[in-house]
Amino acid sequence: MSKLQILTKGLIKENPTFVLMLGMCPTLGTTTSAINGLGMGVATMFVLVMSNIVISLIKNLIPGKVRIPAFIVVIASFVTVVQLVMEAYLQSLYATLGVFIPLIVVNCIILGRAEAFASKNGVFDSALDGLGIGLGFTCSLTLLGAIREMLGSGSIFGTKFITGDGILIFVLAPGAFIALGYLLVLFNKLTAKLK
Amino acid sequence: MEYIIIIISAIFVNNIVLAQFLGICPFLGVSTRVSTSLGMGAAVTFVMAITSVVAYLLQYYVLVPLGIEYMQTIVFILVIAALVQMVEIILKKVSPALYQALGIFLPLITTNCAVLGIAILLVQKEFNLGESVVYSVATAIGFSLALVLFAGIRERLELEDLPKAMRGIPIALITAGILAMAFMGFSGLV
Amino acid sequence: MVLVLFCITLICSAAVGLVYQATKGPIDAAKAAKVTQAIALVLPEFTNDPGTEKQVIDVDGGQVTVYTAKKGDTVVGYAVETFTNNGFGGLIKLMAGFLPDGTICKVETLQHSETPGLGDKIDRSKSDFSVQFEGKNPGTYRLAVKKDGGDVDAITASTISSRAYVDALTRAYKTVQSLTNSADHE
Repeated sequence: MSKLQILTKGLIKENPTFVLMLGMCPTLGTTTSAINGLGMGVATMFVLVMSNIVISLIKNLIPGKVRIPAFIVVIASFVTVVQLVMEAYLQSLYATLGVFIPLIVVNCIILGRAEAFASKNGVFDSALDGLGIGLGFTCSLTLLGAIREMLGSGSIFGTKFITGDGILIFVLAPGAFIALGYLLVLFNKLTAKLK
Repeated sequence: MEYIIIIISAIFVNNIVLAQFLGICPFLGVSTRVSTSLGMGAAVTFVMAITSVVAYLLQYYVLVPLGIEYMQTIVFILVIAALVQMVEIILKKVSPALYQALGIFLPLITTNCAVLGIAILLVQKEFNLGESVVYSVATAIGFSLALVLFAGIRERLELEDLPKAMRGIPIALITAGILAMAFMGFSGLV
Repeated sequence: MVLVLFCITLICSAAVGLVYQATKGPIDAAKAAKVTQAIALVLPEFTNDPGTEKQVIDVDGGQVTVYTAKKGDTVVGYAVETFTNNGFGGLIKLMAGFLPDGTICKVETLQHSETPGLGDKIDRSKSDFSVQFEGKNPGTYRLAVKKDGGDVDAITASTISSRAYVDALTRAYKTVQSLTNSADHE
């Protein structure tokens, strides 16, 4: 697989949200607006890239049996770092994302990439893989966030384009499920056409 | 009274799956049959009850006295992973029948964000030990309820003739959305 | 095997500890700045650092914090971080500014989980609900929604949120009253 392929496969072909269906909790829970989706995506991407790098560096030192706990420790450490840095410099985003920041630890995407890619490949490739998948995740989250924000509050990235309220249900819990459901239908339709 | 409010809020108003978006993966993955949903629900209830006690003790007797609350995420996830393993081993020895029923679901629970989520939330909400246990068991019941209800719907959905692009997860998500809407009717109950 | 895992955990913990040390200052500073900022929003100009002149009072199973703002040596007002548990989504936290005579200066919503589009209108950025309290003295202005015989215009379709808001404000006012009264008697 070429370097470019590793980097871009996360966008469409192995998109973590639309194809692999991983990390659904933050996808649904944090996308009340485009900026929140973007913030969550970037935080996850950072953890993904860093943990991929570290794990591919130490992959030969870890005995097979304690592989998973070791991965979890590495991932949890980076999550804590993200948590602390966000609390220090991005207070408002930290408050909105809330419990979903520590929960990046149990995001199946990260452990999945560590196990499936970083533990078998070199450092550079692993970093690219993390970046690619992270980008795919960020794009999906931002897109879903933007759609929900447009429909739900009639604004995009915080700039209002209608007067009055939007279709409130899209900012609330049910809207998350419904918006993602229809987005998936659209994605399936489009990819089916491409094939 | 306090406990009743916590219970109703955790099961209906702030249902962990439909309002708080935790534990979506097993919700979408396991909920295709009512019987498996019941098994998963029971396993999660069991693990959550134990986790809540352990998380409470760890937070207030280890992390806070040592002044290392920032290590919370790392400690909790490791302890949950170990705990699930232990439950599996003990269950196998003590009650093979229960192990038969719950065994296959246990490994799945480690990466179930609902369990870690609950541990973190109950520290955030500053619950005492009793409230923590009640809250986590009620939350797990809410999780099971959502799972079983949803499985019932999906068993029927399978018989429907849907457009190809909608089959599987997309229609499941849209159905979950409608179910979440129904649960919104509970808000304001407490 | 166990040793390797132990070493990894040790190294990771040490690294996280370092980051914690490095971010501790900025986190505390950011928290303090947030408080000062909220106080500045609800009170007239002051020159001291109210964050250092605070009194924490336990009432109704929670904590109300009163910050005293001064210009030179004269008290220009009290900023009260108050709460209510009666919101539609549970806890609501407000920062309410009171002038020394008990008149409400301004109120900011710090934290809430009210329904977007309905109850969240308690937030200044969403509607003018909170503006109606400005310049009113709860000594003469009845702090209750009109439905309950008071003077407060409730948010349409969000009586519970409005009542909760008023409840938090009343708690803040009573706290300020008890403080200023006890100060008078000294």
